[in-house]
Amino acid sequence: MSGKISKGLSATIAEHPFMHGLDAKFIQLVSNKATQRNYERGDMLFKEGETADKFFLVLAGKIALELAPPEKDRLTIETIGEGEVVGWSWMVAPYRWTFDARALKNTQVIAMDAELLRKALEDDPKNGYDFLLRLLPVIGNRLENTRLQLMDVYGV
Amino acid sequence: MASEKASASSVPNPFVLTPYVIEKRSAETADTTTLVMAPVKGGQIPAFKPGQFNMVYSHGVGEAAISVSGDPKKRDKLIHTIRAVGKITNSLTSLEPGSVVGIRGPYGVSWPMEEMKHHDVVIVGGGLGLAPLRPAIYELINNRSQYERIEIMYGARSPKDIVYNDEIQSWRARQDWRFQVTVDAAGREWYGDVGVVTTRIPDARFDPKNSVALVCGPDIMMKFVIQSLQGRGIPDDRIYVSLERNMKCAVGFCGHCQYGPIFVCRDGPVFKYSDIKSFMFVKEV
Repeated sequence: MSGKISKGLSATIAEHPFMHGLDAKFIQLVSNKATQRNYERGDMLFKEGETADKFFLVLAGKIALELAPPEKDRLTIETIGEGEVVGWSWMVAPYRWTFDARALKNTQVIAMDAELLRKALEDDPKNGYDFLLRLLPVIGNRLENTRLQLMDVYGV
Repeated sequence: MASEKASASSVPNPFVLTPYVIEKRSAETADTTTLVMAPVKGGQIPAFKPGQFNMVYSHGVGEAAISVSGDPKKRDKLIHTIRAVGKITNSLTSLEPGSVVGIRGPYGVSWPMEEMKHHDVVIVGGGLGLAPLRPAIYELINNRSQYERIEIMYGARSPKDIVYNDEIQSWRARQDWRFQVTVDAAGREWYGDVGVVTTRIPDARFDPKNSVALVCGPDIMMKFVIQSLQGRGIPDDRIYVSLERNMKCAVGFCGHCQYGPIFVCRDGPVFKYSDIKSFMFVKEV
C-alpha cells in the first residue's frame, strides 16, 4: 500500500489544490516524511479509534467516510474525491480518527506525517496560519453539508 | 431572457377534463410512481413545454397539479411521476392499468429552452424535483448541438430514493455532458458520491458568464443551491427555479397558490430567481 518517497513528491504536494500557493520552504519541510499511497477498492485508509497520524491529500479516486453505529449497518456519510483532503483529527488531541475511511475505487493519496505537520504549524505561525486558513473552510463546508443532511432537504 | 409562457387561452376550455387511460405504472421509489397514460379517444396528447404541469383528476377524490415528466417530442403518451403525499396523490398512485383519470392542461410557464441555446446549461435537481426537469433533459438530448456544456447534478436522500434509476444510468454514460448523482447517506452497496447536491457545484464545469441554471427540488434545497450558484458567479436573472404550491384552478382565478404578489399556477411554476427573490425565502410572505 505504501510507496517510497518519489523524487517529485514535494512537487506533487505543491501542486495539490489544497497546498498550491503555500510557501515553498514550508511545503518542502512538511513533505519530508510524506508518502504516496495507492489503495484498491475496498481498502481501508484508517478506522475509527485508531491514532490519527496522517493528513491525506487525495490525488485520484474516491474515499468514503463511514460510521458504524452499534447494531446498525455501516453508513457512508460523505465521499471525498480528487483534489480534496481527508481528516483533521490529527490536529486535535487525542488524535484519534472519529470515523472509518475506505477507498471506493482505486485511489491515490499522499499521506503526510501529522506529528511533523503539527510541529511545522507551531514553529512557523505565519505559514501555519495560511495552512489553517485553508483547512477551516474544509471543516466549515463539511459542517454545513452535515447540517443540510440533517435537514433532510429532499424529503420536505 | 424570459421563460416561456403559455396562456390559459391556449387551452380550449381550461376547466374541461379529458379522459386518459393508464396504460402502465411503475414504482420509482417506495412512495413515488410513474404513470404512462393515453387519451381514451386516441390521438396525440396536447403539445407541452418542459416545466409545464397538468391537473390530474382521480374520480371522486380530487385534482392535483402534477408536472409533465415525459419527452415533449413524443406525443403518443402522457407521463406523470407522482409522489403519494396526500389523499389525491395516494389515490392516483394506487390506480392500476386500465383505470381512467381526468386531465386538463398543460398549464404554466416553462423552462427557458430557447434562451438557453448557445449557453452552458447547469441543472440541479433534488428528490422528485427531477420530474419537472426531465422534459428539459429530453429537449437537451433532442437538440444537443444547440447547447454548450451541460452539467446535471441530482441529489437524493438515499440510493433507494433515486427516481428514473435506469434512465439515469444511461444518462450518466453519455460523453457529451456530465451527469452527477449524489445521496445524503448510503450503505456499503453504494459506490457513488455521498453528500448534499450543493457539494457538486464548486467543481461543476461551466462558464458563469455564459450559463443558465435550472433548479428544482424542495425549497430548502433550492435555497442552498442558489447560494452555491451565486457563489460560482451565475447572476440571479439566469437562475430559474420551479416552485410547487397548492394549485387548484391552475389558471390564476382561485388564489390558492398565491405566493406574495404572484400566482404560481399562472405566473409560474418556473420563475426567474431575480423576479421572486425578494419574497422567496421570507418566512411569512
